[in-house]
Amino acid sequence: MTRAKYHTIIGTLFCIIATSFPLYAQIDLVGSWSARNSSDALSNMPGPEPLPVDFLGLPLNDSGLAGALIHSPSQLSMPDRVCAFYSPIYMLIGPFSLRITNETEPRNGGTVAWVIGGWEDMAPITIWMDGRPHPSKNAPHEMAGFTTGVWEDDVLIAYTTHMRAGIIRRNGAPSSDQTTMKTRFFRHGNQLTVTARIEDPIYLTEPYYLTRTFELSVRPPFPAVGQPCIQGDEGVREGEVPHFIPGENPFLNEVTKAYNIPAEAALGGAETMYPEYRKKLKDKYVIPDKCPRVCGGPGRFPRLF
Amino acid sequence: MGIPMTPASKQVADAWDPAKDEATGKQCKSYGAALIMTVPERLHITWQDDNTLKMETDTGMQTRLFHFGGTTPRESKPTWQGDSSAAWVSRQSSGNAARPKARYLRVTTTHMLPGYLRKNGGPYSENAVLTEYYDMFHEPDGETWMIVTTVVDDPVYLDYPLTLSAEFRKQPDASGWDPTPCSAKW
Repeated sequence: MTRAKYHTIIGTLFCIIATSFPLYAQIDLVGSWSARNSSDALSNMPGPEPLPVDFLGLPLNDSGLAGALIHSPSQLSMPDRVCAFYSPIYMLIGPFSLRITNETEPRNGGTVAWVIGGWEDMAPITIWMDGRPHPSKNAPHEMAGFTTGVWEDDVLIAYTTHMRAGIIRRNGAPSSDQTTMKTRFFRHGNQLTVTARIEDPIYLTEPYYLTRTFELSVRPPFPAVGQPCIQGDEGVREGEVPHFIPGENPFLNEVTKAYNIPAEAALGGAETMYPEYRKKLKDKYVIPDKCPRVCGGPGRFPRLF
Repeated sequence: MGIPMTPASKQVADAWDPAKDEATGKQCKSYGAALIMTVPERLHITWQDDNTLKMETDTGMQTRLFHFGGTTPRESKPTWQGDSSAAWVSRQSSGNAARPKARYLRVTTTHMLPGYLRKNGGPYSENAVLTEYYDMFHEPDGETWMIVTTVVDDPVYLDYPLTLSAEFRKQPDASGWDPTPCSAKW
């Protein structure tokens, strides 16, 4: 999804018959699902984006914005973070495809769990379908969190808790360890649409929705299994935490310089998610004469991911 | 970035000129069916008749007509929103006939005027075929959401199909509805 994300429907007449099926899958999700990063290529793909201090469309509260503004990308080079995993949120904000398998109950072949394979920097996600409860609120949090799933209207709904603190956008907008994520897997033939509702009582003022799309592929995802991460010296000393002093982030105007978008919009907040916010910017924004940066072109968007 | 452009597409994109589009009455090129669902906007959806679902947008003031029942009237000339046929589709190819099947809406659109896949000029051609999937769900807090997945297949300007998505939250009333004409410049 693009910048001002949320749209609104008025007077909808759609009606879908609701059914609810317990435990065993009605729809098969096993396979390699190739990511289609067209909507969020600038945000998800490796490269110079998302720009620092581009929080447009994120419902950050004051704490979330403060945390985002002190973040330095060099934190990835801290020795104890070089090989760290991202949380399951990365399934929605990272570049990679999905490899989905299932663990079966040996007596009847039913699916006990769906497993989304890990990448080089995302832990595998196990979606338990056997009705087991989530751990105690006092149980330790893991990078992969803890996820259970149910089928509803032939849509797999996964619910993740117990994640560690991480990010909600690759430029350092934070997510707390109180974050929960409800993820829906909609299959349409060979297309898979994955929509997540992310709630974070610490850093967000309201739920944040993200959608990514995938296509069934005969090839394994790239990379099917990431290379082992080897910790090396990336220039940050042990114990040092790269950051910006509050009020001194040097990148406050990066989005303005790149796209003419007013700096106030780049600071995000719930209102930047909604369509009417665009009109608030109308008199402050002049569309660039041409694509100013990272413009793509023939062969520059390989199907690999 | 993110568009699997062909060399022909790059040539058209490089020639993008919003002032020229406005001067020639083509300011709606970024409001065509392929992109309209990802524009910041509100929708108003009603049944025009038993077989036609009407979708109006406030941004760009566009109207889409989704024709059910297998008969899609063909406009004499291509339009920004093209001709759309629609059907409710089960996620399961087979199953227990006695049990109601969950369904999504699939819309196929052709006969569109050439338009843009991005505000700043990445093109799609009049040969493009649009396939859309509409999924709805309800949250426990009472909110109703609609997720739209759009697949644009264009043999002229795309190496392979482009996929887009958007989220919509249902409103209880028309507050915020603000019809605004197309603009090539903002």
